[in-house]
Amino acid sequence: MSNKNPLTFQELLFTLQKFWSEHGCVLQQPYDLEVGAGTMSPDTFLRVLGPKPISIAYAQPSRRPADGRYGENPNRLFRHTQLQVILKPPPADVQSLYLESLVAIGIDLRQHDIKFEEDNWEWPVGGAWGVGWQVMLDGQEITQYTYFQQCGGMDLDPISGEITYGLERIAQFLQDKDSIYDIVWTRDAQGRELTYGDVRLHEEQQFSAYAFDYADTAKLWEHLNLYEAECKALLDRAKIVFGEGSKAEGSGARAQGSEGDAADALTVLRFPTMGAYELALKCSHTFNLLDARGAISVTERVGVMGRIRNLIVGVAKVYAEQGRLTARVSESAGEQASVVGA
Amino acid sequence: MIASAEAELLRRTLALLGKEALLPAGFDPLTDAKSYSTPRRLAVLVSDVLERQPDLSEEVVGPSAKIAFKDGAPAPAAEAFARKNGVDVSALRTITTPKGDYVAVTTTKVGRAASEVIASELPKEIAAIYWAKNMRWIAGSKQTFVRPVQWIVALLGEDVVPVSFGGRTAGRASFGHRVLSSGEAFEIETPASYVAQLEGEYVIADVEARRHKIRKALDRVCRTVPGARWREDEALVDKMTHLTEWPDVLLGSFDAAYLDLPEEVLVTVMRDHQNYFAVESAAGKLAPYFLAVTNIALDEENAGIVRQGNERVLRARFNDARFFYDFDQRTPLVERVKLLENVTFQKDLGSYAKKSERVRELCHRLAMTAGMIAPTYDVNAILDAASLAKTDLTTELVKEFTELQGIIGGLYAEKQGVSQVAAEAIYDQYLPASADDRIPRSAEGALLGLADRIDTIAGMFSLGMEPTGSKDPFALRRAANAVVRILAESGLPLTLSDVMGAASPQPEVEAKLKSFFAERVEFYLREAKGQAYDVVKAVMAPGYDEIADVVARAEAVSAARGSEDFLAVSAAFKRMKNILAQAGYQGPTPGTGFIHAFEDPAEAPLARKSLAAVKERHELSNWRSYGERLASVASIRPEVDAFFAQVMVMDPDIAVRTRRLNLLYMVLQNFSDIADFSEIVTAG
Repeated sequence: MSNKNPLTFQELLFTLQKFWSEHGCVLQQPYDLEVGAGTMSPDTFLRVLGPKPISIAYAQPSRRPADGRYGENPNRLFRHTQLQVILKPPPADVQSLYLESLVAIGIDLRQHDIKFEEDNWEWPVGGAWGVGWQVMLDGQEITQYTYFQQCGGMDLDPISGEITYGLERIAQFLQDKDSIYDIVWTRDAQGRELTYGDVRLHEEQQFSAYAFDYADTAKLWEHLNLYEAECKALLDRAKIVFGEGSKAEGSGARAQGSEGDAADALTVLRFPTMGAYELALKCSHTFNLLDARGAISVTERVGVMGRIRNLIVGVAKVYAEQGRLTARVSESAGEQASVVGA
Repeated sequence: MIASAEAELLRRTLALLGKEALLPAGFDPLTDAKSYSTPRRLAVLVSDVLERQPDLSEEVVGPSAKIAFKDGAPAPAAEAFARKNGVDVSALRTITTPKGDYVAVTTTKVGRAASEVIASELPKEIAAIYWAKNMRWIAGSKQTFVRPVQWIVALLGEDVVPVSFGGRTAGRASFGHRVLSSGEAFEIETPASYVAQLEGEYVIADVEARRHKIRKALDRVCRTVPGARWREDEALVDKMTHLTEWPDVLLGSFDAAYLDLPEEVLVTVMRDHQNYFAVESAAGKLAPYFLAVTNIALDEENAGIVRQGNERVLRARFNDARFFYDFDQRTPLVERVKLLENVTFQKDLGSYAKKSERVRELCHRLAMTAGMIAPTYDVNAILDAASLAKTDLTTELVKEFTELQGIIGGLYAEKQGVSQVAAEAIYDQYLPASADDRIPRSAEGALLGLADRIDTIAGMFSLGMEPTGSKDPFALRRAANAVVRILAESGLPLTLSDVMGAASPQPEVEAKLKSFFAERVEFYLREAKGQAYDVVKAVMAPGYDEIADVVARAEAVSAARGSEDFLAVSAAFKRMKNILAQAGYQGPTPGTGFIHAFEDPAEAPLARKSLAAVKERHELSNWRSYGERLASVASIRPEVDAFFAQVMVMDPDIAVRTRRLNLLYMVLQNFSDIADFSEIVTAG
């Protein structure tokens, strides 16, 4: 490779995080639930909704049970790591900024072939789509760039730019490794190399076995149904809470500034939409496990995906509405404060 | 996508300049306009654009002279008219029209400056360009384009035209290649220097120049491997032309051990997944090399690095394919038949297992109808192929490379000891997938292809899911096109109604199928066979059940229509048909034969000639020798001409009239099995 001292896997992560931190991003920790991609973390899926700008970056371990290969395939993983960057709204020439990040991790652009190939992204279960590019580096897809257009079936305004780096692929590329498991993760105090395999192989072996051989499909179906039921119940409650909340405001209760009103605002603010989202994510992951286990027929598949779509899109709609209501309440609170101050 | 947008921008720009009278007399769009595009830019260059629109002088007619002038002095009407046109009353003239004398004035509309027109109108044209998928990016705005606009350059001569679009206003600053240029903006001096200046910044703006550079580089690099050549792939050359600004080509290699995998898999991985060109030996065998088109100039320093990266990626892909291939072999296709029960074909039509059973039954029925029996045909192979045809949908390799369905089934079948004929039929089952595709190699394969498609078409029609307008979600038209082509070109002795009938449709479905297939036959004759619209109508009139036959008739009619005699006879036939129609003629009734025509000197020659044609038809060794028969159609022209010159068909004497109508009817009938010649357009 062009670089004689390529970054280790963890240095790669540090460097990209530092790069985006220096470009004004909030650095967030990985989301602590099973997700199939960084997009599904609420730091992307929910934050792209509504008008509030945000720049945020986080590594996200992404679980795809069906992609597991018991650690025997050098290029496929049950769980890989994405570095997700959300820029809302995206800067004008985001591609140049992205190329700078490649330089930061030691890629000499003039020594490589980089192409931006048109690639439009779609996640029907999340009612989400966008347009963008896949970035090809010497024939390897290393990043996906998307201008988010819709999420939860709603037009986004402003839109968000999403950069998803495939960290294992980039590390393989930097270190010129044929197998993911040979990637140097780090060096210990004595300078000895610890590989990706040293750190993660046993996870791949055990989780592949779980997904393909051990997972109890009857129990998984039960889990799915339970998570779904609780999520639905919350969404139904949201309809009542937000329905009343908006009515109360429309009736002019705001002007009176009664105590009941404040409680309503607090109820809206504290309504656990994010809890509902976690339940929906649980459903999604359970579905993936069932799928890997071969427990979902093609006919059933469409139906179950429709159920999960209803949850996820439902959460997005509630979250957007909650954001609107909360913003109005704090706006009016601000007005009152200024009146008092005067 | 960029290619069509480039063409559209050029078309729209020229239309705008034309409409706005900004193009000089004698402007030739082929030589005086040019368009460019790369993945990052679209450009149009128009020469000799006028600096401003010519002034337009126009005569405006006002009120009648009588009202406008009283006793030679201007009345209020004249003053109002003058004011409206911005002139003094003294500028008014009196003109004489057929309706009397009127007041008129010549006004001059001053032409607008080109830059003003372009700045105000061009943004609308840019906004109207069609993109398959658009995006919004400006907060609070509905403005869409394919991607966010980064910069605009608009120059008229040396001057900037302030065109605004997508939140940007044009200047003269442009940018070069992302990596090879300095990355700094540079100024385009004049429109004429655009291409050369971009080239200085490592961007070849002209699409054809890039295409040429890629082809030459492919040739040059391939020559470094003795005896090798790259597999021609126009679509891939095109794709890479539109993915690069400064293309170069790299030769890479892979371990020859991978050549054990099916060539189809290797080529698909290289072409569809990696955009690589396959390399073959002089004998046409796949060689362990590939060619990659880069978007950067390769030199000694970077070529090795880029090659190494690409080779590693390909190795990983091939390893995956090998993993899937080996894994698939653990479950032979025969054992996968029952797995198809879990694969839905269509909700109401059941699983692929059900479909396979139906197709097998259809194959059996069609083979019997076609008289396909051993030892000439291998009917068992057809039935085996029908049972196994869809099993590859359950294989890992097809799940990974869906475009290889059928092909993988065929390859696995062969490897697993299924008969050669059956394996080939499975391999070919989706052919032809497009107009330039071949049809299945064997009669057995052709039969499987017919049965599979008619099952799908009839099944969907029975659910009311026929294509409407531009909507054809199940690609039934493509399937029907394939049915028509296979029937036309395979030589199988099957008619369209044999195939439709085998699926035993309900009567109302059958009627829909018939008109659906009529359209497909028409489409085939016109698009695949290049037959003119009127010829298609003419030859389809007698029937089109035997597709090969209707093709032969169309070709014969097209060949004959060059002759003047043939056209004259066609015109005469049209006349005959009109006469018969106007007379309300229903066909000869017993006892009114045309035998007496031989007694009438004016009718006899045509009657004799017509009879001779009937005799000739019977004597021809092959009554389908349409070319010869059409020559005889043309040869009756003198008799037809003489007949119409001398005879009034609608004679007052009913016996004479009937006899003459009978004669015309016979003449028409003798040739009506070839075409309805009255459909042939003869004028012009």
